[in-house]
Amino acid sequence: MPATIASPPLTARPLRCRSCGTERAAAPTAICQECLGPLEPVYEPGRPLPDRETIAGRAPSLWRYKEWLPFDGDPVWSLDTGFTPLVDAPALARRFGVARVWVKNDTVSHPSLSFKDRVVAAAINAAAAFGLDTIGCASTGNLANAVAAHAARAGLKAWIFIPDELEAGKVIGTSVYGARLVRVRGTYDDVNRLCAQVADRFGWGFANVNLRSYYGEGSKTVAYEIAEQLGWRLPTAVVAPMAGGSLLSKLRKGFGEFLEAKLVHGRPPRLYGAQAAGCAPIVRLVERGADAIAPEVPQTICRSLAIGNPADGVFAARAMRETGGWAAAVSDSELVEGIRFLAQDTGVFAETAGGVTAAGALALARAGRFDAQDEVVLCITGHGLKTVEAVHGAVPEAPVIAPRLREVTTLVEEERTWPSR
Amino acid sequence: MAITLNLPSVLAAHTGGARTIEATGRTLGEAVADVAARYPALAPRLRDKEGKPYPFVNFYLNDEDVRFRGGFAAPVQDGDEVTVIPAIAGG
Repeated sequence: MPATIASPPLTARPLRCRSCGTERAAAPTAICQECLGPLEPVYEPGRPLPDRETIAGRAPSLWRYKEWLPFDGDPVWSLDTGFTPLVDAPALARRFGVARVWVKNDTVSHPSLSFKDRVVAAAINAAAAFGLDTIGCASTGNLANAVAAHAARAGLKAWIFIPDELEAGKVIGTSVYGARLVRVRGTYDDVNRLCAQVADRFGWGFANVNLRSYYGEGSKTVAYEIAEQLGWRLPTAVVAPMAGGSLLSKLRKGFGEFLEAKLVHGRPPRLYGAQAAGCAPIVRLVERGADAIAPEVPQTICRSLAIGNPADGVFAARAMRETGGWAAAVSDSELVEGIRFLAQDTGVFAETAGGVTAAGALALARAGRFDAQDEVVLCITGHGLKTVEAVHGAVPEAPVIAPRLREVTTLVEEERTWPSR
Repeated sequence: MAITLNLPSVLAAHTGGARTIEATGRTLGEAVADVAARYPALAPRLRDKEGKPYPFVNFYLNDEDVRFRGGFAAPVQDGDEVTVIPAIAGG
């Protein structure tokens, strides 16, 4: 028989409990059977790692860092996700009084315009490795969009659960892909609790429930990309939005892994997290210096961050404290202003979570958390067209005119007499 | 007071396969203590050595997070349903 050349089949890495250290074989489960702690993938310690040139020569997707993603063999789906632009933002640097600011622009993430494409790229390959034919999630919107889009491309069935009061863009941006979308009366925390029970009952692959150990690793690619796009070096500070809190601890892990691999050198960045004041259990955990989350009932227009019972909140708080960072909560009107100044300073139109991040960074700057030498990256995680409701009344209304030059002339003269508008 | 305790499948290995257990007590903490006494293998997975809940393990009393009702001190009544769910991440 002639020899065939085939890439090794995709398999998922084994798991280890973050709390008690118990190990188990790869499986669609995220919970330790011994202590109910969270499971994380285990990587082969001595595995060969690529150098800078090898990584730089690979396709521009998050899979260029596949040695740090929880699979053996080649991924089969969502090969084009990741490697979003890192946008230089000098106007934001002046606004914050720091040396440099960049926007990590996941508003143009492929295919569903939010950073959740990264975690779903990992989750859907875990579903492939386990032979699951149905994927699902509990979502505040962006994850719903991502699971629906990635499942459609992979030909998987999707069951998606969201709180009943979400923005139209998040709802339509899910159902358009043919997913089975279910709106649950209640908060995200109710939906999340329900999905834990559904995943347990039906054996589906829920991206952020039983596939979470694999899903979460996709977030680390934000850190890898920031380091590579800065020319293989680290910023001094990173500001990111917090919902469940996972992104903060995965950023820390990602920067740490690149330091350990000697792909970058120096001090890990200080990590800062931002939440809306109407749902800020992790910010309050950092401010109190406590070690357990006090859950909240969310009351904010920032629905994508409205998680009152954040499962990774303790780890996020630890990541902020131990790197020398801090946390900030902003009001709904501040976050809307954050969306506006981010758009006007950088050309990036972000959803409400991006407004929280921008306004949170401004609050941190005003509180003296940054210094003049700081090089700050803002993680802007979702596109503004998903949450136009938030800015609808806050942007100037456009005049309607007849198609006559005279009417334009009048507008231009008005502008001259009122230039600061 | 008799209540029903619903367990996730990951814990059924410690109860001989049972996913639903009857328990008695005036408070959630007493009901959990009752179950812990009858299922010693389950006990350390529901609460710590001091009888306090773990941060990773959430209890829901009739679908409401018990931390809004006083945690293990929450009073329970005949027919209440308590569901144990490991903490899960967001999105």
